[in-house]
Amino acid sequence: MNQFQNFTKGFIKDNPVFILLLGLCPALGVTSSAFNGLGMGLATTFVLICSNTVVALVKKQIPDKVRIPSFIVVIASFVTIVELSMQAYVPALFDSLGLFIPLIVVNCLVLGRAEGFASKQNLLSSVIDGAGMGLGFTFALTLLGAVREILGNGSIFGWKFVEGDAILVFILSPGAFIAMGYLIPLINKMRKTA
Amino acid sequence: MAKKESTFLNMVITLFVVTMCAALALGGIYIATKEPIALAQKAKTEAALKAVVASDVTFDATEQVKHGVADGDTIRLNKLLSNGELVAYAVETFSRNGYDPTPIKIMVGFSLDGKITGTSLISHKETPGLGTKLGEPKFADQFIGKDPKTFSLVVKKDGGEVDAITAATISSRAFCEAIESALELLNKEGGNN
Repeated sequence: MNQFQNFTKGFIKDNPVFILLLGLCPALGVTSSAFNGLGMGLATTFVLICSNTVVALVKKQIPDKVRIPSFIVVIASFVTIVELSMQAYVPALFDSLGLFIPLIVVNCLVLGRAEGFASKQNLLSSVIDGAGMGLGFTFALTLLGAVREILGNGSIFGWKFVEGDAILVFILSPGAFIAMGYLIPLINKMRKTA
Repeated sequence: MAKKESTFLNMVITLFVVTMCAALALGGIYIATKEPIALAQKAKTEAALKAVVASDVTFDATEQVKHGVADGDTIRLNKLLSNGELVAYAVETFSRNGYDPTPIKIMVGFSLDGKITGTSLISHKETPGLGTKLGEPKFADQFIGKDPKTFSLVVKKDGGEVDAITAATISSRAFCEAIESALELLNKEGGNN
């Protein structure tokens, strides 16, 4: 597998949300609008790249039996760094996403890539894998957020094209499951024909 | 270099080094961001203060009366002064009865005759997409120009006059409650009405 395929696999072939079904908690929780999905996806991408880099660098120094606690400490530190920096320098974004940032720690996707990929591969592959997977995750969250925002609020990225209320259930939690349930077979069909 | 063996000593040393590096990094970031975070919050409160007073009111100083002690429990009455004369009130208030136990903090402006001049949402943890509509003009602007002495600050479902947000009645109720507590303090401290 060359590095280009390594990067692009996150979008459709191994999409973290639709194919690997990892990181569903934030995917269902924050995607009440396309913008929230995009912000959460980019924050996760940053953490993924950083944690993959560090894990790939120190993998030889970490004994097998304590690798998971060590990886979690690395990931949690990066998440807290993102949270504090966001609160300090982009308070507007923190207002809408602040609630969800700590959730990145328990995102199986981040630990899954650290454990399943970065701890076995070299530095370059790990960084590219983190970027590809993160952007694939961002793509999935933005898509899910857009579908829910269009159906639930009659708007896209905050631009309203239907007056008044739309199908409110899509903004609420059940709507996340319904939208997700239709998107998964759709993406899987695309993956087979592609 | 070969992979380290999982001996007891190796594991203890590894975890110690990993956690120490993490603690140092976090401590550094905390110190670096402490001031910007405080500034950002202060700017937000000030912006809210400006947003809730009537547009023709200008002020050059504020005088603060605090009510309550703990951070999440404080109602702050800001007396807005222009050349030493009182021109308006802005009250930073809260309610704990929203959909999330985290208090909903809002700023409410009152003119000298006790009418509401505006509301602004400072912080909350209500449901994204529903309770967050508390800050949108459709809901927030219905209070402007209302006199609480004649306008019932209760949602229509409970027999009042406030249009609640569809599917966020609890958040709307809490918002009204926060205005009520602001009013209570204003009547106690304001004195002149």
